[in-house]
Amino acid sequence: MSEQNNPYGAPTTGHVWDDNLAELANQPPKWWMIGLHASWILVVLYGIAYPMWPWFGGATTGLMGWTQIGEYKQDVAAIQSVRAKYEDQLPGMSASAILADSELSEYVVRSAKVLFGDNCAACHGGGGQGNPGYPNLVDDDWLYGGDIDTIVMTVTNGRTGMMPAKAGVAMTDAEIDQLANAIAQGQPTSSPLFMEKACFACHGMDGKGMHALGAPNLTDSIWRFGDGSVEAIKYTITHGVNDPSDPQSRNAVMPKFGERLNETDIKKLAVYVSKLGAN
Amino acid sequence: MNDQVDKQAHADDLYAESHYWHVNTGNETIHAKRMPGRFRNVKWAAAAVWLVFFVGPYLRWGERQAVLFDIPGRQFHIFGITILPQDVWMLSLTLLFFAILLAVVTSIAGRVFCGYFCFQTVWTDIFTWIEDKLEGGPQKRRKLDEAPWDFTKIRIKVVKHVIWIAIGMLTGISFTLWFGDAFEMWKGFLTLSASSVAWGSVAVFTFFTYLFAGHMREQVCFWLCPYARIQGVMYDKETILPAYDYNRGEPRGKLKKGQIEEGKGDCIECGQCVAVCPTGIDIRHGQQEGCITCALCLDACDAVMEKIGRPTGLIRYASMDELEGKPALKMFQRPRVLVYLTILTLAMSGILYGLFNLSGIEVKVLHERQPLYVLQSDGSIQNKYSVKILNKTAQDQQVRLSVAGLPELTVSGGEGSLAAHKGRITSYTVFVRVPRASLKTESTPITFHVEAEGEEELVSTYTSMFIGPRP
Ligand code: SF4
Ligand code: SF4
Repeated sequence: MSEQNNPYGAPTTGHVWDDNLAELANQPPKWWMIGLHASWILVVLYGIAYPMWPWFGGATTGLMGWTQIGEYKQDVAAIQSVRAKYEDQLPGMSASAILADSELSEYVVRSAKVLFGDNCAACHGGGGQGNPGYPNLVDDDWLYGGDIDTIVMTVTNGRTGMMPAKAGVAMTDAEIDQLANAIAQGQPTSSPLFMEKACFACHGMDGKGMHALGAPNLTDSIWRFGDGSVEAIKYTITHGVNDPSDPQSRNAVMPKFGERLNETDIKKLAVYVSKLGAN
Repeated sequence: MNDQVDKQAHADDLYAESHYWHVNTGNETIHAKRMPGRFRNVKWAAAAVWLVFFVGPYLRWGERQAVLFDIPGRQFHIFGITILPQDVWMLSLTLLFFAILLAVVTSIAGRVFCGYFCFQTVWTDIFTWIEDKLEGGPQKRRKLDEAPWDFTKIRIKVVKHVIWIAIGMLTGISFTLWFGDAFEMWKGFLTLSASSVAWGSVAVFTFFTYLFAGHMREQVCFWLCPYARIQGVMYDKETILPAYDYNRGEPRGKLKKGQIEEGKGDCIECGQCVAVCPTGIDIRHGQQEGCITCALCLDACDAVMEKIGRPTGLIRYASMDELEGKPALKMFQRPRVLVYLTILTLAMSGILYGLFNLSGIEVKVLHERQPLYVLQSDGSIQNKYSVKILNKTAQDQQVRLSVAGLPELTVSGGEGSLAAHKGRITSYTVFVRVPRASLKTESTPITFHVEAEGEEELVSTYTSMFIGPRP
């Protein structure tokens, strides 16, 4: 090996091949070695400070006493303390009082979204827009009434719609057809059958429905079942709603949420729903 | 037999340049000589730009600090302008501007940033200046490093490190001052009651300033700095860089009897250019990654040339083309420069447009999508919007909202005087209802106009959509 091959006189491993081929044993740069040692020291310190080593019954706890669940609980507590300012007021207030307070109702609209998503959205849609067979909560038409106290009652006790198939009396196909056409045009009272078959008993003398019974307004643009076509109306008249004697009857049951949710949550939901369509 | 000799010759060829491959990985401290000169003065002047970093936080603008990066409050104040997260596009343009500026300067004149402005080289320069003052020139410093640890050595070294750490701390403190009220922060530091974030930042800055400028120096440029790595692709043969004119200098040789020998070049191999180089390289090997283009070797060589009565500029700012004797392209004939300048101009115009058109209030409207529209009992169609009013002024404002774009529309939820809280977004839920007959298409643009009461220039308009059933 000529001098030139190793101008800086680095140490060799001592092995020589082919007479003059040697392997230089240069040290890695100093900064690199410092980095290496700093890294493993950091790992050890980390292991002392935080839970890291498997140990009997779990793992070492670490000097800092940090745990994942502990951090989670801290965060939850932090959120709760922010919310407490509002949450503490809610149990003592009526739903209508909450609705009247602009700051509180704003808080509820923002925070009850999850509650609505968990409990209501499955049937009424994520935005309260309803689904086929399930009422829309954003429009201005309410089956049982849209004032806040009624909504609280609806959520707490649930609702079961009731309409006997064929108005509970015999109806011919021609009669059903005639009545359905009048309703589809938004003028149920124009058909004499509306009085004859006692539709008025629930839907009112003017056909505008009755909140106490949950009987819908038949003169407006909003339909409880279907799209307002003659076919859909005929189906409803023929089979009724929740009529036990007709297996094809339309289904309209809202469960009692009073059994699942506490009063405050129900109040929150009522406020949330009231604000959805702002009607 | 001949074969054997040939092989040996080849192998020697291979190794002939091996000492050029040697790179200093930090085992060897570079003790550069300091020499006065033209570029030395330029370097000091450029370094003085950093004084802004130290005095900037003490400037006031009315009630508050003139430049304040209020991170918790999520707003930046730059003199009269307040920048909120919504204006982040301007920040992107600013970053783009500086990135391209770096590129264009690199393409024209190399690592000007490295050589004159970079905090790494500027701080290193200050640190070595202190070292030079305390320990003496390169020879003395080397000797001191090797000397045994006696009282004088300890005294000198302790003083040096203490000053270095103090500079590091001042750097760290000055940095934190940009993010809070400077005078309040100082009070915090002096009474030892500053926040842990402030202390942490100061500690990190002190440590890294001391480590990088005091100990790692050129190693940072060699191994840590990404910019040093990409500069190669930003240069071309027209880029002017500190370069050794090999045509004039070679073959180099020692000066004998005060005369340059016939047939020899101008380089007298005095080694001054290497001695002054802060990164310890030899410019005469040509362009190389270790060169930060500080031009200190130009000063050194010029001084030598003056002394031996030769023209200066053996080492000078020159392009590769110039050294090879090719005609140099004008700056504006170089496509690279033109492209960079175009981007620069565009970014600058964007920033200026932003600065002059930043309105004090800004409205944004989100259309409710679930459901897109609602049919009401009277047959009209209702859409729901979330109207977000951003108030960037320093006062709470009362604003009025008006909606236009469809005949006979009615608005509920945004009537009357609405509060827009200062420095943040206030949102309102607004319902717009129109008779079905007004809708000619499934979606119609409608505009939301917000106007502050009593302040005519505070207006903002946003165009959203009104969605209805297929007519
Ligand atoms: S070679 Fe010259 S320009 Fe390059 S870093 Fe060294 S002194 Fe500065
Ligand atoms: S300073 Fe100039 S003359 Fe001296 S070695 Fe460097 S290039 Fe040659």
